[in-house]
Amino acid sequence: MTPRSVQRTLRAGAGAAVLLALSACSSPGGSSTPGSSASADGSGNVSGPVTVFAAASLKESFTALGKDFEKAHPGTKVTFSFGGSDTLAAGITGGAPADVFAAASPRTMAVVSDAGGVSGTPSTFVRNQLEIATLPGNPDRITSLKDLTGAGLKVVLCDRTVPCGAATQKALDAAGLELTPVSYEQDVKSALTKVELKEADASVVYRTDVEAAGDKVEGVEFPESADAVNDYPIALLKDAPNPAAAEEFVAYVRSAEGRKVLTGAGFLAP
Amino acid sequence: MSTPYRPDSGAEIRTGAGTRGGPGGRRARVGAGRGVPLPLLLPALAGLVFLLLPLTALLVRTPWRSLPEQLTSAEVWEALRLSLICASAATAVSLVLGVPLAWLLARAEFRGRGLVRALVTLPLVLPPVVGGVALLLALGRNGVVGQWLDSWFGITLPFTTAGVVVAEAFVAMPFLVISVEGTLRAADPRFEEAAMTLGASRFTAFRRVTLPLIMPGIAAGSVLAWARALGEFGATITFAGNFPGRTQTMPLAVYLALQNDPAAAVALSLVLLAVSVAVLAGLRDRWATVR
Amino acid sequence: MTDFGKECGSGPAHVAGLDARLVVDRGGFRLDVALRVAPGDVVALLGPNGAGKTTALRALAGLTPLSSGHLRLDGTVLDGTPPEGRPVGVVFQDYLLFPHLTALDNVAFGPRCHGASKADARAQAARWLDRMGLAEHSGVKPRRLSGGQAQRVALARALATRPRLLLLDEPLAALDARTRLDVRAQLRRHLADFEAVAVLVTHDPLDAMVLADRLVVIEHGLVVQEGAPSDIARRPRTDYIARLVGLNLYKGRAEGHVVRLEAGHVITTTEELTGPAFVAFPPSAVTLYRERPTGSSARNLWRCEVAGLETHGDRVRADLTGGLPLVADLTTVAAAELDLRPGAPVWAAVKATQTHTYPA
Repeated sequence: MTPRSVQRTLRAGAGAAVLLALSACSSPGGSSTPGSSASADGSGNVSGPVTVFAAASLKESFTALGKDFEKAHPGTKVTFSFGGSDTLAAGITGGAPADVFAAASPRTMAVVSDAGGVSGTPSTFVRNQLEIATLPGNPDRITSLKDLTGAGLKVVLCDRTVPCGAATQKALDAAGLELTPVSYEQDVKSALTKVELKEADASVVYRTDVEAAGDKVEGVEFPESADAVNDYPIALLKDAPNPAAAEEFVAYVRSAEGRKVLTGAGFLAP
Repeated sequence: MSTPYRPDSGAEIRTGAGTRGGPGGRRARVGAGRGVPLPLLLPALAGLVFLLLPLTALLVRTPWRSLPEQLTSAEVWEALRLSLICASAATAVSLVLGVPLAWLLARAEFRGRGLVRALVTLPLVLPPVVGGVALLLALGRNGVVGQWLDSWFGITLPFTTAGVVVAEAFVAMPFLVISVEGTLRAADPRFEEAAMTLGASRFTAFRRVTLPLIMPGIAAGSVLAWARALGEFGATITFAGNFPGRTQTMPLAVYLALQNDPAAAVALSLVLLAVSVAVLAGLRDRWATVR
Repeated sequence: MTDFGKECGSGPAHVAGLDARLVVDRGGFRLDVALRVAPGDVVALLGPNGAGKTTALRALAGLTPLSSGHLRLDGTVLDGTPPEGRPVGVVFQDYLLFPHLTALDNVAFGPRCHGASKADARAQAARWLDRMGLAEHSGVKPRRLSGGQAQRVALARALATRPRLLLLDEPLAALDARTRLDVRAQLRRHLADFEAVAVLVTHDPLDAMVLADRLVVIEHGLVVQEGAPSDIARRPRTDYIARLVGLNLYKGRAEGHVVRLEAGHVITTTEELTGPAFVAFPPSAVTLYRERPTGSSARNLWRCEVAGLETHGDRVRADLTGGLPLVADLTTVAAAELDLRPGAPVWAAVKATQTHTYPA
């Protein structure tokens, strides 16, 4: 075992605990036929619980999608585990019983597929683009990535080790800019929070995050973001306990209805 | 005149157990080793294994071969240095504010003391990240108090080393307060009265009598607070952010390394562990001889 | 204490010594004790546990506030003065020597607080320890001192601030019987040398009588009797004191040579008195008989029953009920000859000449 797999195992334990808690919570309103956890009658009618591991940035849109899916397929019950893509990937390779994995980057999906955990080929279902988040009303008149390098401006960025930070670095490189932030945040949500709380003047985050923050921040598009578009892959997992319903869920995410919800949240179509 | 002076109550405070190694105490400890009842021994050993197993695993899976290369990076030492400085500074802040607070809770009679005590321990139950957000709301650039700090003195704490100290002190101080308050409660308040009848003001009595008496408790509380501050992650990264050399302490470096280089994270954790064990063991020996 | 003595308050013109009325109300308990003590005198507050002795001492030291009353020392009003502002030294029951300081530094603590330099305070402390015969123990921490040594260090510490009022709370209670004898004699010498007021609290009548010039007996927060030790020993006025000094005590009405007790008994005495009176006689004055004596000259004879027996050395103390509740002392041999045992009926005789009668 390499150190990496030690860590995966630890994370798998945590993931399993989360799942246990989730399934315990959902059991009263869950599938009405005890004992039969999953079934497919061959005519596209599926039932049973579907467990989806999804990147934290998908929380709002996937929660809505899950409700729609349950309505469209009575007898199904979708439970989500949202978190950092790395953490989720480690949980899946560690044996967490998940049906579907939706990651925020191909790299994290590769962690699972390289370990042989994916059934079929992962496919990109949305893309996410970076945007500058500024204080409401954009008091510092930020219009470009270059404006962020201005003196006296407090900028927070995602740490380069997390996807949004890597993407930001790519965009900065494309623009040929050096930017020293006051902080490298551990994930995109905390970067955004710093702007929401007005502790930082600006940050570079995903469009979806700007969208979700409502009027607490203002988004500024910049051309270099095109060089750092993030692909979100989704995949059915090999050890899925309920593959039929899971496949149906993946299809639903990729359907026109699904896409509408996702683009409404600020994602780009692939 | 042959009977040793053994007052029935109070003259010796009964805290800081173990630091006072009288000959009687040592004999008792040796005797206890022989006759530990099984229902105590088994869970005790299980508890020890439970606590040490993860640490052992960390050691077993440490990439020893690449370790030297991991540890020569300047960022590691920068983070370690920052961690030690900030944890020590946070402990100092906790001492200056926490010991008087503990005294107030233990000795002063006022309404709502129970409530105040509960509030003091709040940071213990608060998830550290929430503590960090609360600190931002209070002391941030736009915070309830922070906006005045900014406009009057030009002081902003978030994203600064001082901010790290604030975050760590916020999380660590309750440990010190609880420990010192417990010691104060066990200490006989009549020593302070005796000092006063000798002409000492209440503050002099505290400084020259009570403070030396509760030193074991203060030391224990300081160690707890220091250790807690050294490992602090959530409040620190939320309130002070993460910037190498300024606010990136070891736990932050470890966490971020974990994202894409777990081997480096293990190596960093090892450094943090080694340093803290060395410091704590060193301190304990010191007290054992001083006390 | 530089300003002590300058501020002569509302009290009467400079009166040396202690003049106090200590009233402390504390949830159901009320202490109300008046004390007047001249410089050089030692007064013992004697009383059972819970009588309020220690409260009185704490009030004198300023550790417990007065509810009302007054406190003047050498003419200075001290009612509102905090403990550190009073020229008072206290020897606490368990001494409360600071465990982290050496004997020398314990004694030097007071002078230091009164402004002496460190070296000067230590020099003073060394002189005090020398006077107490503890010079070679000055570098020792309290827990290495014997009980008697600790007691003397505590006394030295209290005296080192040169108090005008020395308070001692059960100064010998923490000592075993053997040490107690030595320490009591030493303490008596030091108290005799002390030129200001000394007040000590004790529940031990022997300590009180040996150490004090005057006793103030407190029961339930009130003074029940005060006077010279010999006087109190001879003429107790409460059951508590009578038990302490080992006398049988009865209250009644004297009519010449007879005292009629409230319960209807009559005691014949030799002293002539009229009006409310106490009669006291020692347990050794009681003679016991198994059968009603015929040839006894004793004028007082009661039929009693043995309630309990206790051995004190070669003597037996019998607790009697029935006719007149009383305590009788007899030799072990006599007790055996009489075949005394609980429940046994006996006749108790007391000669009139062995009783002592005094006005109530």
